[in-house]
Amino acid sequence: MTQALVFIDNPGPALKKSSLELLTIARSLGDTAVAFNGELHDDVAAALGAYGATTIYRPSAADLDDYLVAPKAAYLAAAVVASGAGTVLLENSADGKEIAARLGIKLNAGVITDVVGVDADGTAHKSVLAGSYNTTAKAKSAVAVLSVKPNSIDPEAAPAAVTPETVTVEVPAGATANAARITARSAKPASGRPDLGEARVVVSGGRGVDGNFGPIEELADALGGAVGASRAATDAGWISHDFQVGQTGKTVSPQLYVSVGISGAIQQKAGMQTSKVIVAINKDAESPIFEIADFGIIGDLFKVVPQATEEIKKRKG
Amino acid sequence: MKIVVLVKHVPDAQFDRHITGANNTTDRDESILSELDEYALEAALQLIEARGGSKAGNQVIALSMGPSGAVNAVKKSLQIGATEGVHLSDDALAGSDAAATSLALAAVIRHLGTDAPVDLVLTGMASTDGETSLVPAQLAERLSLPQLTFSSSLDVTGGKVVARRDGDTHSDTVEASLPALVSVTDQINEPRYPNFKGILGAKKKKITTLSLADIGVGASEVGAAGSLTVVESAQARPPRTAGTIITDEGDAGIKLVEFLAAQKLL
Repeated sequence: MTQALVFIDNPGPALKKSSLELLTIARSLGDTAVAFNGELHDDVAAALGAYGATTIYRPSAADLDDYLVAPKAAYLAAAVVASGAGTVLLENSADGKEIAARLGIKLNAGVITDVVGVDADGTAHKSVLAGSYNTTAKAKSAVAVLSVKPNSIDPEAAPAAVTPETVTVEVPAGATANAARITARSAKPASGRPDLGEARVVVSGGRGVDGNFGPIEELADALGGAVGASRAATDAGWISHDFQVGQTGKTVSPQLYVSVGISGAIQQKAGMQTSKVIVAINKDAESPIFEIADFGIIGDLFKVVPQATEEIKKRKG
Repeated sequence: MKIVVLVKHVPDAQFDRHITGANNTTDRDESILSELDEYALEAALQLIEARGGSKAGNQVIALSMGPSGAVNAVKKSLQIGATEGVHLSDDALAGSDAAATSLALAAVIRHLGTDAPVDLVLTGMASTDGETSLVPAQLAERLSLPQLTFSSSLDVTGGKVVARRDGDTHSDTVEASLPALVSVTDQINEPRYPNFKGILGAKKKKITTLSLADIGVGASEVGAAGSLTVVESAQARPPRTAGTIITDEGDAGIKLVEFLAAQKLL
């Protein structure tokens, strides 16, 4: 019997690192299966086998992507029943959490979001109240539904690859009734930089950049990182809201967070204080960001940041 | 049009927040109306104002679930412009997780729909305390309503609701028939402040207090007993302490790179 079922939605031609993390966690819980949605590329099927998935469930319907989350939750519930899984793992995206939410109601299963670690007995670790508390939580129900944040574990392939069996799961009739339909979709331009939520390095700019994100972007590129921004910078229209780090934006937990020209109000701190190493550059010595920075520089960002970028490029040759 | 807006009384995120008690729940002293709920309230007010307001029979009902203090979130909503308030208050609700919360709120919304149906349930994108974003989706599932979550625009015409939803890689236009549940982001509007007239007028508005018995929910279905998850432990994270702070003397960029190299971050 399957112990853990991982939901993977439309990965395209390659699995994301966060999906590999989910598969690695699933294997620590026991026999692993995948509930897959979208086109299954050969490379992806091989990667699922390399990460130990013994079964790949696929939906009988091809139109799940035409609706917002509800039919995917209905399909996933059917896949959980088919697999007999005790734990369901999903990514911690907006869609992932909402599919988890609805799955929880359908299966009378406890849902835990923002998970950063899972013990073999199903105990989930998370950080709450903007990183000010670490908690452990557990589902009391027969099935546990966990959405797991990226960068929670180092992905590791199974000791021996398997060839997964593919099983079609009947999507329940009426799964699309009462679901909001997606009538138009426009892709956002891809930046070529890592995704903000998953990046190992984030360089964020705030009010101090005064409309010029050039130096921030150059440092981010030199470090192979993502660009972020404070609410002040997105509200000013200097950069799109998608880049906002903070309580009402994205919560990030990278290895390195570089805060540039950001005072570090609570709203911003809420989004980044679980970062492993925090660097702050600000000309105001009184900025609260310096209270939590591992390395702080009081100075003009337009001098310090380009100098650092040049030095990194020089060292990398 | 009859709109129910969920409003939550949450600890003010401007100050340190704490977890207390046997069930590891959030300390709710010093609480305020959740900032993210103001966007939902504003969206509701704009919808009814475009339809002739309360004089034309439109209603915006601010609904809060929680201990006695939670009524303050309802009162603030009335000052801002909600037409009436409902406070679900019962000792048995303490410690409810998202599943138990959505069960109780679904029962209230069904109860409020007995005289005239609720057209729209509006919520913020998340609470600013639990931050799970689970309740809107769970409420939609329990009430069999289409959900249009994380909406950054909202248009209701001819019994149809159309919203824009900005994801990480793409923006979607989503559409459903009323009744529906919509959660809104902080990009949708600029919430108004209560003015003097609103504050005076709020005192005359009706607040209904409901207990679990009023909505036909048993005590064992909610609270810690009815929750499907349990928080087993909570530890305050040690506060981050400041590290090395230097003042730029012309070489701070190079010193920064030396620090990153020493931390093996290059």
